Amino acid sequence: MSAQKGYLPDTEEGLRFFPEQASTFAGDLDFLFIGLVAVCAVMTLLVFGLIVAFTYRYHASRQKPREALPSARTSHRIELSVLGAMFVIFMGLFAWSTHLYLDLYRGPEAAMTINVVGKQWMWKVQHPDGVREINTLHVPVGETIELRLTSEDVIHSFYIPDYRIKHDAVPGTYRKLWFEATKPGQYRLFCAEYCGSYHSRMRGKIIALDPADYQRWLDDQGERETPEVRGASLFRSYGCSGCHLGSSNVRAPSLAGVYGRPVPLASGGTVMADEAYLRDSILQPQKHVVAGFSPIMPSYSGQIDEGEILSIIAYLQSLEPEDQALNPSDTTRGSAMPEGTAQGESP
Amino acid sequence: MSTPSLEQRWPRDHYLSGGFRLRDWLLTTDHKRIGWLYFASITFFFFIGGIAALLIRLELITPGGDLLSPDTYNQMFSMHGIIMVWFFLIPSIPNTLGNFLIPMMIGARDLAFPKLNLLSWHVYTIGALFVVLTVLLGAVDTGWTFYTPYSTLFTETAVLAAATGVFVVGFSSILTGINFMVTLHKMRAPGMSWMRLPLFAWATYATSLIMILATPVLSITLLLIAVERLFGIGIFDPALGGDPILFQHLFWFYSHPAVYIMILPGMGVVSELITCFARNSVFGYKSMVISIMAIALFGFLVWGHHMFVAGQSMYAGVMFSLFSFLVALPSAIKTFNWTATLYRGRILLTAPMLYAFSFIGLFTIGGLTGIILAAMAIDVHVHDTYFVVAHFHYIMVGGMVTAYLGGVHFWWPKMTGRMFSELWSKVAALALFIGFNLTFFPQFILGYLGMPRRYHEYPADFQLLNVMSSLGAGALAIGYLLPLVYLTWSLFRGKPAGANPWGATGLEWQTSSPPPKHNFVQIPRVSEPPYAYRNQDQETTG
Repeated sequence: MSAQKGYLPDTEEGLRFFPEQASTFAGDLDFLFIGLVAVCAVMTLLVFGLIVAFTYRYHASRQKPREALPSARTSHRIELSVLGAMFVIFMGLFAWSTHLYLDLYRGPEAAMTINVVGKQWMWKVQHPDGVREINTLHVPVGETIELRLTSEDVIHSFYIPDYRIKHDAVPGTYRKLWFEATKPGQYRLFCAEYCGSYHSRMRGKIIALDPADYQRWLDDQGERETPEVRGASLFRSYGCSGCHLGSSNVRAPSLAGVYGRPVPLASGGTVMADEAYLRDSILQPQKHVVAGFSPIMPSYSGQIDEGEILSIIAYLQSLEPEDQALNPSDTTRGSAMPEGTAQGESP
Repeated sequence: MSTPSLEQRWPRDHYLSGGFRLRDWLLTTDHKRIGWLYFASITFFFFIGGIAALLIRLELITPGGDLLSPDTYNQMFSMHGIIMVWFFLIPSIPNTLGNFLIPMMIGARDLAFPKLNLLSWHVYTIGALFVVLTVLLGAVDTGWTFYTPYSTLFTETAVLAAATGVFVVGFSSILTGINFMVTLHKMRAPGMSWMRLPLFAWATYATSLIMILATPVLSITLLLIAVERLFGIGIFDPALGGDPILFQHLFWFYSHPAVYIMILPGMGVVSELITCFARNSVFGYKSMVISIMAIALFGFLVWGHHMFVAGQSMYAGVMFSLFSFLVALPSAIKTFNWTATLYRGRILLTAPMLYAFSFIGLFTIGGLTGIILAAMAIDVHVHDTYFVVAHFHYIMVGGMVTAYLGGVHFWWPKMTGRMFSELWSKVAALALFIGFNLTFFPQFILGYLGMPRRYHEYPADFQLLNVMSSLGAGALAIGYLLPLVYLTWSLFRGKPAGANPWGATGLEWQTSSPPPKHNFVQIPRVSEPPYAYRNQDQETTG
């Protein structure tokens, strides 16, 4: 019904009262949830039962005199034991849930990282080998998939109920979210953080495929540029290469091999050159000025979109320190640049 | 205790007699009349917010967006949230019942600063009307949470004007809080020691403390939004080097304690109702007081549980989760003690008692689902879904609004001097309990299935549960409209109540109904602890 105006037809699920378990995390989480619901149900029934029983037993219509109340000391002891029991139960539940959360937070080693950019009102997806999708995400079953989430405008939230996972996509930051699909099929993708007029149409789907089917699907996607190649050409077309490559190292630091290393700053101290650092350096170059250089780089804020930034990061990530004098124009001649095989060349 | 000769007499001179010109109301400094002014204002805002809620539920009967446009829908839930939180729930019990009762409960003739009290109402009403107008005319669509950068950079609506109104209303909260605190410290009658204060007074004290400490943070946050929008200084906007998550921290640093502003007074009311209609002293008075204060203080340490999936550090998340579990302990003790107060009592199932039982039931469900949400791993799944919507409605509507109605019924004879229909009031209490559960219980299931909140359209197979919820909202509306009818009727036709129709022990019942202009002909002396129903029992039966 909504699909007529929406972007994608909804995945058919039929009437259900409990969501499907389709990721490795879902089963563990449901177990915890059902455990918590059971504890809560027992407590609720206890309160309801006591109210009904006392109201019946001590209704005003029963005339006979009431016995004395328990002494202050006895009531105090009763309270303390209730408090103690609740404390133990709550701390047990806290430990259980926190344990599960820490597992989720840290996550296993990822087999691939997929970039997801939220934008009013769609999800733009970029696979590691350059395939792009909108509002749909194809993933292989049985592999740890890491998503790198960001947003071009407001805060969105990437939510797959059947996988029991969610994370906000916050503009200006990269957030990580991982999952491992267990069953081939189609699953719903929702934006969970209110993002304006068409928030409720920012729905999509996850298509989980067996690894062989996934490979076939990838192969069917035809011509594509890997993010590294696209990044390399962007690096040139935005004029980054003018200062940041070559052996001169005069106006700006060379960026070959910078990814994942500490960078000394002009303000003293160092900063780890991760995705967030590289992104900040493109959009807010004055934020972290590298030691020994002047703050002369212009900001690219407003001129470059999140997908392009991610490609440039992928390109920088692919460079090795020995690629010192690499000239990006060479690498883009071929259709793909196998990582680490690019040859340095003196200008 | 109460003198029977005074019981059935309609007082010749009382606070409502004479003075019916407009300025006798708008410029009154009598805390009881100001209580009525608030009563009128919040009832008005409640029904405006309620109409928005009904439109939301009507829209959600079908999965497609057919009744309202997406933008109108977004404005409706924003208006519903803004009005219900700031202009109904926060002032509901403290400013109506609290205003009316606090001086009487402690044996004082008025609040410490009567003129400040009047100013507080004017500030509140003008600010709130301004916000309602801007929201309606300026089409604010940010939700009551005003999350950046949507609110600062992307919506083209009158956010700044609405924020200004909320900012202004904040001063009303602060002034009221100061007034209550000073009154409770300085104006207690002889013999009314801290440990003899009714629990409603303690709850009001804790609420005032939160109002004074938390509201300025909200004001500062709204001011920072204005600074960013007007001068382009990057505070929350990532493009200017700001941090949108900082807004969430500041917002919830106020708004989570504000949740306790929205429940503590309800707990206070229910303590009065349960003791009166169980004819028993409260079980564990001291631990009830400690729990109230513990909730108020711990309430300041849990705001981060609104940001488990926004990207806060793992360690911060663990601490916020831990404190969220711990803050449930005092609430659990209170629930246990209310139940234990029934033990060996003489229970009367009056309408106020039915409301009190509803409160305990709904608050227990709301509180325990709060425990489920405090478990971080589960929050990852149900955050921003209908599970959260159901949870906080159980607390704020099932808890606070039910307690508010229970309190209004309980003290109505005192405020007006007249009784209301016993039958209709019980029907209304039942309609509320059934309607409420039918509206909000299905939303827990919807939430776990994954339906996000603030959705104008939704996948078709969520329809059944949404229809149930909308039907429940209809029944709930009856539960709210009925009291409006029979209470209004009782204002003119209800039979005289007498000073103490419920046989309650508080000081407010020792003066005539309606009370004289200055509450007491003679300031009472207090010689026994609160809720001495058992002594009364012995006096009458033994």
